[in-house]
Amino acid sequence: MPTNDVKLLGAPASQYVNRVQFALNLKSIDYEFIPQNMREKSELLLKSNPVHKNIPVLLHGDKPICDSLVIVQYIDEFWFDGPSILPSDPYDRAIARFWAAYIDDKWIPFFKELTTAKDEESKTALVEKILEGLKLFEDVFVKASKGKCFFGGETIGFLDIVLGCYLGWLKAWGIQLDVNFLDESKTPALVGWAERFSSDKAIHGIIPETEELFRILQIILARAADAASK
Amino acid sequence: MNPVHKKIPVLIHNGKPVCESLIIVQYIDEVWHDKNPLLPSDPYQRAQARFWADFVDKKVYDCGRRIWATKGEEKEAAKKEFIGIMKKLEGELGNKPYFGGEDFGYVDVALIPFYCWFHAYENFGNFKTETECPKLVEWAKRCMQRESVSKSLADPHKVYEFIVSLKKKLGNE
Repeated sequence: MPTNDVKLLGAPASQYVNRVQFALNLKSIDYEFIPQNMREKSELLLKSNPVHKNIPVLLHGDKPICDSLVIVQYIDEFWFDGPSILPSDPYDRAIARFWAAYIDDKWIPFFKELTTAKDEESKTALVEKILEGLKLFEDVFVKASKGKCFFGGETIGFLDIVLGCYLGWLKAWGIQLDVNFLDESKTPALVGWAERFSSDKAIHGIIPETEELFRILQIILARAADAASK
Repeated sequence: MNPVHKKIPVLIHNGKPVCESLIIVQYIDEVWHDKNPLLPSDPYQRAQARFWADFVDKKVYDCGRRIWATKGEEKEAAKKEFIGIMKKLEGELGNKPYFGGEDFGYVDVALIPFYCWFHAYENFGNFKTETECPKLVEWAKRCMQRESVSKSLADPHKVYEFIVSLKKKLGNE
């Protein structure tokens, strides 16, 4: 399989797609980005991901790989001579995978619930849960980083990618709800990490500007409100 | 040992806890890497195995639960969805003896524990997996011939009775 035939089916504002872009950049892999319209799914997408019909999909040669966490691990394992994304120790890998699953299965879904939350009480409760999650991540960061810059230690790793992809959306939601999610007084380590992560050359420029995400958020909220009223 | 989810399973290795079943399985595969590898060595095959194990994780339990926990239209819909999931998995299995190919592997480990629940799902949903997905049931019976599997799984009749009593407790008859 030609190792330089790499395509990514995605959308620039999707945090899951951004994860794959981070990983490809960290390994200095050239790729073709094929933007997808999720409201009118392309033949290529449906053929490449018939099970979930979702992005991101990595096409390596003619082989499709789906699901952002699966793709990032694939990139790490295929291009094993680049900087490592997953930790080398099996226990540290298990911890990284555990928190990645928590972020995807528990934490990010709180934001999805926010799009359909009907009253102030439920919104407040969800914001509380999100903030509690961030406090957990603060502790995880302190333990995992061992005094260094990233969850991965000296260099950006799996958990940096998995959580870091949501930093743009976190800011957009913060504006929407008038909440400062990354508060220096509550989660100082995460605030420092977020800055270092976002300005890293492999990461910078991938996540769309907050204004753009905020604009998209308005569309998402309008659609959700519309669907709820039917 | 599992303050975040307060759930089982938890593997405690040298005093350190590992949580979440598929994460534990990967940990075991990596630490004891010289015996019967569960994940393939090829990165693309590994990606496929992780994808399908994740599919099993996200779909089977939830759908199966809806078969015994709901009534009427909801139950019918759950049953159809369950059969659809099994058919997709049967498609992925193809003509291989195991999802892992010639050897019992990661996806086999992810899916086979649900086999002892099939009898319960079939009773509550009024269908037979064997009729809908004969190759999948053949695969399951092949797995059950392995001591590591047959010794670990619960008796399907006991599982059925457990659900009957759970439904009573939940006031769900």
